[in-house]
Amino acid sequence: MGGRANDQCYFNFRQLRQRKGIFDNIDWVIIALYFTLVLIGWLNIYAAVYNESHRSIFDITQNYGRQLIWITTSLIIIFTILMIDAKFYNAFSIPLYIISVFLLVVVLFLGKEVAGARSWFQLGSFAFQPSELAKVTTALALARYVSSSSFNIKKKKAKIYIALLIGAPMILIYLQNDTGSALVYFSFLLVLFREGLSGKIMITGVIIIMLSVIALLVNKFIITGFLALIIIFTIMIIRRRKAIVIKLIGLFIVATGFVFSVEYAFENILEPHQQTRVNVLLGKEVDLRGAGYNVNQSKIAIGSGGFTGKGFLNGTQTKYDFVPEQSTDFIFCTVGEEWGFLGSLVVIALYIGLLLRIIMIAERQRSIFSRIYGYGVASIFFFHFAINIGMTIGLAPVIGIPLPFLSYGGSSLWAFTILLFILIRLDESRQELV
Amino acid sequence: MKNPYSNRKYIIKGVFLLVGLVFVIKLFFIQIIDKTYILSAQNNVIRLIYQFPARGLIFDRHDKLMVYNEAVYDLMVIPNRMQDIDTLELCELIGIDKETFVGQIEKIKHYSVRKASVFQKQISKETTAYLEEKLFKFPGFYVQPRTLRKYPLPVAAHTVGYVGEANRQLLEKDCYYKSGDYVGISGLEKTYEQVLRGRKGIKRVLVDVFNREKGSFQDGKYDTAMIKGVNLKITLDAELQEYGELLMTNKKGSIIALEPSTGEILALVSSPHYDPNLLVGRVRGKNYKKLQHDPLEPLFNRPLTATYPPGSVFKLVNSLIALQENVVTQHTKYSCEGPETRPIKCSHYHKSPLNMIEAIEVSCNPYFWKTFTAIMKNEDDIHDSFEKWRNHTLSFGFGSKFNSDLFSEVSGFIPEPGYFDKYFGEKGWRPMTIRSLSIGQGEILVTPLQLANLSAIIANRGYYYVPHLVKSIDNHKTEKNNREKNHTTIKPNYFDVIIEGMYQVFEGEEGTARWYKLDNIAVCGKTGTAENPHGKDHSVFIAFAPKDDPQIAIAVVVENSGFGATWAAPISTLMIEKYLTGTVKKKWVEEQMINVILISDN
Repeated sequence: MGGRANDQCYFNFRQLRQRKGIFDNIDWVIIALYFTLVLIGWLNIYAAVYNESHRSIFDITQNYGRQLIWITTSLIIIFTILMIDAKFYNAFSIPLYIISVFLLVVVLFLGKEVAGARSWFQLGSFAFQPSELAKVTTALALARYVSSSSFNIKKKKAKIYIALLIGAPMILIYLQNDTGSALVYFSFLLVLFREGLSGKIMITGVIIIMLSVIALLVNKFIITGFLALIIIFTIMIIRRRKAIVIKLIGLFIVATGFVFSVEYAFENILEPHQQTRVNVLLGKEVDLRGAGYNVNQSKIAIGSGGFTGKGFLNGTQTKYDFVPEQSTDFIFCTVGEEWGFLGSLVVIALYIGLLLRIIMIAERQRSIFSRIYGYGVASIFFFHFAINIGMTIGLAPVIGIPLPFLSYGGSSLWAFTILLFILIRLDESRQELV
Repeated sequence: MKNPYSNRKYIIKGVFLLVGLVFVIKLFFIQIIDKTYILSAQNNVIRLIYQFPARGLIFDRHDKLMVYNEAVYDLMVIPNRMQDIDTLELCELIGIDKETFVGQIEKIKHYSVRKASVFQKQISKETTAYLEEKLFKFPGFYVQPRTLRKYPLPVAAHTVGYVGEANRQLLEKDCYYKSGDYVGISGLEKTYEQVLRGRKGIKRVLVDVFNREKGSFQDGKYDTAMIKGVNLKITLDAELQEYGELLMTNKKGSIIALEPSTGEILALVSSPHYDPNLLVGRVRGKNYKKLQHDPLEPLFNRPLTATYPPGSVFKLVNSLIALQENVVTQHTKYSCEGPETRPIKCSHYHKSPLNMIEAIEVSCNPYFWKTFTAIMKNEDDIHDSFEKWRNHTLSFGFGSKFNSDLFSEVSGFIPEPGYFDKYFGEKGWRPMTIRSLSIGQGEILVTPLQLANLSAIIANRGYYYVPHLVKSIDNHKTEKNNREKNHTTIKPNYFDVIIEGMYQVFEGEEGTARWYKLDNIAVCGKTGTAENPHGKDHSVFIAFAPKDDPQIAIAVVVENSGFGATWAAPISTLMIEKYLTGTVKKKWVEEQMINVILISDN
C-alpha cells in the first residue's frame, strides 16, 4: 500500500516533467525501426509497380505516390496519439472497443464489397476498413479487462469473457468474408499465454494443428490405427493404473473423433478456394495456373533474387506483374527479388528487432495494462509477419493479410501506426500507472 | 511484486527468433542454393520473337520458276486482350458462324489467355486486305504473315516434295523448330531443308505478365539476324517433265531421263502423279488423306522406290559380263529353235544361229541363257562364278542406293551366292537352277532409276555419274561427288558391241522397236518385259540418243501393260525426240500414248 502513495508522488513529478516536451521519454530505437520499415515499404512499392510513364515516386496516380500520402497522414496521427494523455487509452478502451464492434456490424450492411469481402466503408473517395481499427481496440480492451484487479485467468467466467471479447470482432470479420483478418485474432492467445493461460492449452492447440495437417494428408484409418497402437503400447506398460488407462482410452476416442471430423470440417466449412489453398500448401495439389500460381510466381521472384538481388527497379517478375498483389500482400517479393538474400535478411532482422523491442518495452511497464497491450501489439505484428512472409516463400497458406509498414494501403498503415504509437505513448509514461 | 509468468517472455521471444530463423533458412535455400528459380524467372519474362525468312525458290535447269512462295496470313488472337468485340461482324468477315467462333476461342483460352494463338490459318490475300482495314475494331486480333509454297507448273510433285508443320518427333529432336514451324517433309524440300529454310531471326524481348513487350533484352546482345533461304537450281527440265507426265496419263509407272555426261536427272516421272498445289495450306490434310487412300497410290514415288525384275534389258548386262570374262566374243553364235527351245523358249521367230548383236536386236532368250551358262561355268565352283557375276553387276549401281540428293531411294536386290545356298543347299544349285537371271527375271530386283542409270552407263561406254537433282545452290555448283566418274568393271570397247545391238533394236529388220525409230536421230534401246506374278507383265524400255554423242538416257516402265515394245518403247522415243528437237513429228503416236488407258484393276 505504501507503494501506491509513492506512485502518487512520482506521478505528479512526472507530470511536471512531461510539460518540458513530449519526446523526452520516448523510445527512439522503436521510432527508428518504424521509419526504416516504412521507408523500405515505400521504395519497394515504387519498385513493384514502377512504370516508365510514371517515373516520379511522388506521382499520386500510382500506388507509391498515394502511399506517401498515407505516410504523411500517419505523421499527423502519430502527433495526435502522442499529444493525448496516456490515461485516455486505458479509460476509453471499452467504449472504443464497443464503437469498433458496432462499426463492424454496420459495415456488414452498408459496406462496399471489394473482391468478395464486404469490409470497406466508402466515404467519397476515402475508403476505410473498420476491421483494421478493431485490432487496436480489441488489444486495448483485452489489456483493460485482463489488467483489472478482479481478473483471474483460472476462472471459467474470465475465460468466457475473454472468448467473447476476442470472438465478437473475429466472427464479425469472418462474416465479412475476410477470413485472413479474422484469423489475426488468434494471435491474442500469445498475450494470454504471457498472462498465465495454461501452457497445456497452447500445446493442445499445437497438437490439434498437427493432427489436422496429418488428418488431411494421411488416410484417417491409418492414423486411427497408428493412434490405437500407441495407446495400446502405453497401456501395456502402465496397465496397473486403471484411472490413466481410462483417460487414455477417452483420449483415443476424442482423437479419433477429431481426425474424422477434420475431414468433414474441411469439406463442409472451408470454401472451395480455401480448400485448394490448403491442398496446395500441403503439397497435395500442384496447380500452377490456379491457386498455386501466386505462390509459385512469388517463389520465382524471390528465388531469382539470388544473394544480392537484381538491384533497385530491376526486378522483372514484380515489375512486369508476374507476381499478383505485388504492392500489397506480396510486397516481400520485391524485397527478395531486387535486394536478394541480403535485403531479405535485413528486413527479417528489422522485424525481429521490432518484435523483441516491443517485448522489452512491454516488460518494462509498471502498468499491467500497458504491458498486456504491448504484448497485444507484438502478437498482432508477429502474426502478420509470420503469415505474410511465410506465404510468399511457401511456408504458410495464402491468407491475404498485409505485411506491417511495408504493404501498400492506407487503412493498414494507419492501423499499424496507431497500434504501435499508442504503445510508444504508454511507454513514454511507463513510470505512471495509467 | 514479481509476475509469476514473467519467464514466459523468453518462450515468446524464442518463438519469434525461431520463426525468423526458419524464414532465413528457407530464403537461403530458394535464393542461393536452388538455381531453378532464376531460370523460371527468365522464362517468365524473355520472349523469343522469330522472324521467318522466305524459303528458297526452286528453278529448273533452264531457270524456269518451279516453286515460289505466296504470302498468306494467319489471323492471330491474344484472348485476354479481346475487348468489346462485335463477334458477328468478325464472323462475317472471315466467313465462319458464331458457334465455330465461340468454340475456337474456348479452345485457345484453354491453351493460354495471354499468349498469341492462331485463330484462323491461312487467310487469303483478298480477305486479309479487307480484314486489316477493320481490324482496329477487334482488339486482341492481328494478322501474321506467313508463306505458302506455290507451284506455277503443277509438275514433279514427288521430286519437289512438300512442306508441312514440324511434328512432335522433330520438335524433340531438333530445337531449331518450334511448334507451328514449317519444314520440308519429303523430296527436295526435305533433302535441302537446311539450305532452303535459311535461318530464323531471333529477337529477345522482355514482356510483362500480359505478354506486352517491354523492351529488348540486354539491348539485343543475343539477338540473331534472319538469313534468307537459298535458291536451288535443279537438273529437271520442267518442260520435259511436264511432257513425261502427260504421256503417262492413265498409266502406272515411271519415266527417268538422265544426261549421261553429268548424271543430271532431266525428268523423273512417277505416275499417277498429283498436283503439288494440293498439298499446300489448309487443304493439305484433307487432300493428303484422299491421295493416301487412292488405290493407284499416287503418293508412291515409283522411279525411286518401286522395284521390278528388269526383264530383257538385263541381257545387256549379262552380255557385257560375258565379254569381259572372255567366255564369249561378239562373234560367238548360238542357235535358237524359237518357241520350242529348252530350257528357255524364245518369244520371237528369227534366223538361227545368231551372234551377240543380232541376239540383242531380237532379244533372243536362248542366246542369253547360253551366254549366262558360259559365265556361270567359267570357274570350277559356281559360287566363284556367281560372285564374279555379282560384282560386275554391282558395279553398274544395281543393288544399292545412289545416296545423292534423292529422297527415299531403295536398293533393289542382287542376290548373293549364300541366298541360293539357303534355298537349295550349297551343292544344290547349278546354272540351270538360276536360269531366270539370264533374261533378267527371277530373284533380281531393280528400280527404274537404276535402269536409267544402266542406259547412261552404256551411253558413256562404261561409267556413270551419280544421278542427282540439284544443279547449283545459290549459283554455286553442288558437291563434287556428283561429278566423280564411277567406272564399271567392264572394258569400254565391249560397250560398242552392245550399243550396236541396241542400235539394231531400232534399225534392224527384226529389231524389237523398229516401228518407233526416229528419222534424224540415232537411238539405241532395248525392250524388256518384267514378269509380274500379280497380274499383267510390266513393259520396260531403256534407250539413249544420239548414238555417238549421247545427250539423253532414259528408262520407262509402264506397269501391267505387257511387252516392252508396245508402250515403254514409243514413250521413250517420244521423250527423246521432245528433248532433242523440242517437238515430236509422229503426232499420232503421241496421241495414242496419251490417250491409252492402262490402269487395270489387276
